[in-house]
Amino acid sequence: MKPGESAIISGFTDFELSVKLMEMGCLPGASIRFNFSAPLGDPVCISVAGYELSLRMEEAKTISILN
Amino acid sequence: MSAGSPLQIALIGNPNSGKTSLFNHLTGLNQKVGNFPGVTVEKKIGGFRSGTTEMEVTDLPGIYSIYPRSIDERIVSEILLGHHQTHQPDLAVVVVDATNLKRGLLLATQVIDLGLPVILVLNMMDLVAQSGISYDLARLSQRLKVPVIPINARAGSGVEALKIAIAGGSNPVTNQIFQGWSETNSAVDLIQESLSVDNRYEAYLMLEQPHSLGFLTAEDQKVITGIRNQSGFVPGKFQGAETIQRYGFIQDLITEITLKPGNETLHNKSLAYDAILTHKIWGYLIFFGILFLIFQSIFAWATIPMDLIDSAFASLSSIIHHQLGSGPLVRLVADGIIPGIGGILIFVPQIAILFAFIAVLEETGYMARVVFLMDKVMRKFGLNGRSVVPLMSGIACAIPAIMATRTIDNWKERIITILVTPLMSCSARLPIFTILIALIIPDQMVLGFFNLQGLALMFLYLLGFIAAILSAWVMSKIIRLKERSYLIMELPTYRMPRWNNVGLTILEKTRSFVVEAGKVILAISIVLWVLASYGPGDNIEQAEERVAEQYKNARLTEQGFKDKVAAYKLEHSYAGILGKGLEPVIKPLGYDWKIGIALLTSFAAREVFVGTMATIYSIGSVDQDDEATIKNRMRDEINPETGEHRFTPAVGLSLLVFYTFAMQCMSTLAVVYRETKGWKWPVIQLIYMTALAYLSAFIVYQVLS
Repeated sequence: MKPGESAIISGFTDFELSVKLMEMGCLPGASIRFNFSAPLGDPVCISVAGYELSLRMEEAKTISILN
Repeated sequence: MSAGSPLQIALIGNPNSGKTSLFNHLTGLNQKVGNFPGVTVEKKIGGFRSGTTEMEVTDLPGIYSIYPRSIDERIVSEILLGHHQTHQPDLAVVVVDATNLKRGLLLATQVIDLGLPVILVLNMMDLVAQSGISYDLARLSQRLKVPVIPINARAGSGVEALKIAIAGGSNPVTNQIFQGWSETNSAVDLIQESLSVDNRYEAYLMLEQPHSLGFLTAEDQKVITGIRNQSGFVPGKFQGAETIQRYGFIQDLITEITLKPGNETLHNKSLAYDAILTHKIWGYLIFFGILFLIFQSIFAWATIPMDLIDSAFASLSSIIHHQLGSGPLVRLVADGIIPGIGGILIFVPQIAILFAFIAVLEETGYMARVVFLMDKVMRKFGLNGRSVVPLMSGIACAIPAIMATRTIDNWKERIITILVTPLMSCSARLPIFTILIALIIPDQMVLGFFNLQGLALMFLYLLGFIAAILSAWVMSKIIRLKERSYLIMELPTYRMPRWNNVGLTILEKTRSFVVEAGKVILAISIVLWVLASYGPGDNIEQAEERVAEQYKNARLTEQGFKDKVAAYKLEHSYAGILGKGLEPVIKPLGYDWKIGIALLTSFAAREVFVGTMATIYSIGSVDQDDEATIKNRMRDEINPETGEHRFTPAVGLSLLVFYTFAMQCMSTLAVVYRETKGWKWPVIQLIYMTALAYLSAFIVYQVLS
């Protein structure tokens, strides 16, 4: 995803992580927006469920999206 | 709860929900820090009164869900889940950040389902109003079946109403928000029957995660496993689905109670700040600028109060001597205990300043950005983004730095940070570095404006830093930990710090340092003092006569005589004997027994090295700033075996390297003991650092000589 882009979550590739992510509001069907990344590209900041969440790339990659 | 004992209240909520501000409002100075039994997690307890009822509030660590991610969260889970057994707390006050209502309500619905009496507090209602949002709180209360109190914990509005509501109590809700599924319901029924559990969610959780419920007996666990197998219940499979079901309920609820939807201005403002603060150039520049500011402040602002404390205690010592003479008890108090206490209090200014800065950074929300910026780099070395602040503060003093590692929740990353922070050359090493550099490095200019001695100093600091990150890397390979490391961290919107919170944090941190670490430091100070003041036989007592005899043909001034006596006494004390005993071990590093004594005494604190050297070279009570005299004496010292100077460049460098790496600070060990709740880690730290120091000094000396 590119900075400023939004997408809808369709699913997850890591079960354990998915549970944590969902608790934090990253639900299937929810809209997320990619805000910016740290200077080294990792971690990234997204907007979800009305607030800003930072994720490591390895965590973010487990979120499947459809545009 | 029996009449007369205070009402037990638990404060629960997400991190960054303003729970701590509320706690501080409710309890003010009437709070203390305790421990959860068996773990290194702290709990804050405070009290207040509403009308005639006494309340005791426990501020629990912030969590996002009853399913724990870390030790902190596990504690909260256990407390909440065990409430039927322990009958505590009497009331759960769930604090939700109203600007994050959706996410915050997840935990709230879980707590309500557990059947605890709940009061729901919506904090930051002022920010909600600012965003133009309007909620129907009466409706919310009706749907959740719990009292809902809006507050603004920063300003304190709504807190009085909350106190009254708390005194009024709340009744546990009997119906459940989470309904489960047909597949699970029969299993849950069975649990309720077999283990006589009234609350449905609790029974469900017993199925889901029985091992985190400490109150279940082995018998209970067997029953649960039986039921699981029987109904084919796979733990974990439903946790995600439960969350989805809850959020479904919450989303509908929020839609129902939202009167006006509002705008995104607050978040957009925050994002605008973030554009600069996490920028690839500006972000880091600003961050290092702030670090530099913290570091400089600790140096600059702490010096005056530290000198004051120093001279106050020194005066106290001499006053006592003047008034009460020199009997053994007097000496114990004046030369052992009082300097010992002074040695503890002298750290207070540095601790206070560092924690003031950290508290402000946390309160404004900037600290999360620090972690964000540094996470990737730090992880390569087995550290955490939050390790940066302790590491950098370690250049001023490792003691507050180690206390600051509390913010790191992954235990392995925290312990590695604690272990390597003392390698960052602290300010106590400076007098030693200065004097040794002056001794062996010529005062020359290089390349026009680089002073060679200055460069040498910088090199030593760099050495410490490199050793720290390399050691961290090595340790991350050795220490095994099963706990998976997550980031998944909220970036709270920026906000002004609440100065009351900052003040209370400073008070709490300094108090816990003085009381806890203080005990250990005092004990060791006294031991070392005894070792340095007493010796076998009558050598110490006869010191004056022996020295007079020795120097009867020399003409000594009164001060000169006193100094020689002090040197003689030190030499013949237990410390002196230990120093001589140490000589064979430290000879390969190029040291003699005189240096050996200094090594021993400076174990108390590195600065003591200079003072001890002064005594040994019979310069007597010398101002540490009066290096010239010490320097000259050391320069003139001859090595009896080689006939050459004792302090050759090889010896000097060896000593410098030794002090860069050695754990010569019992205060640090005392703090590590306190932070890790045991002697295991301080001992490991002492061993690895001493080994590192010894080996490096050995190599340096052997190579250079």
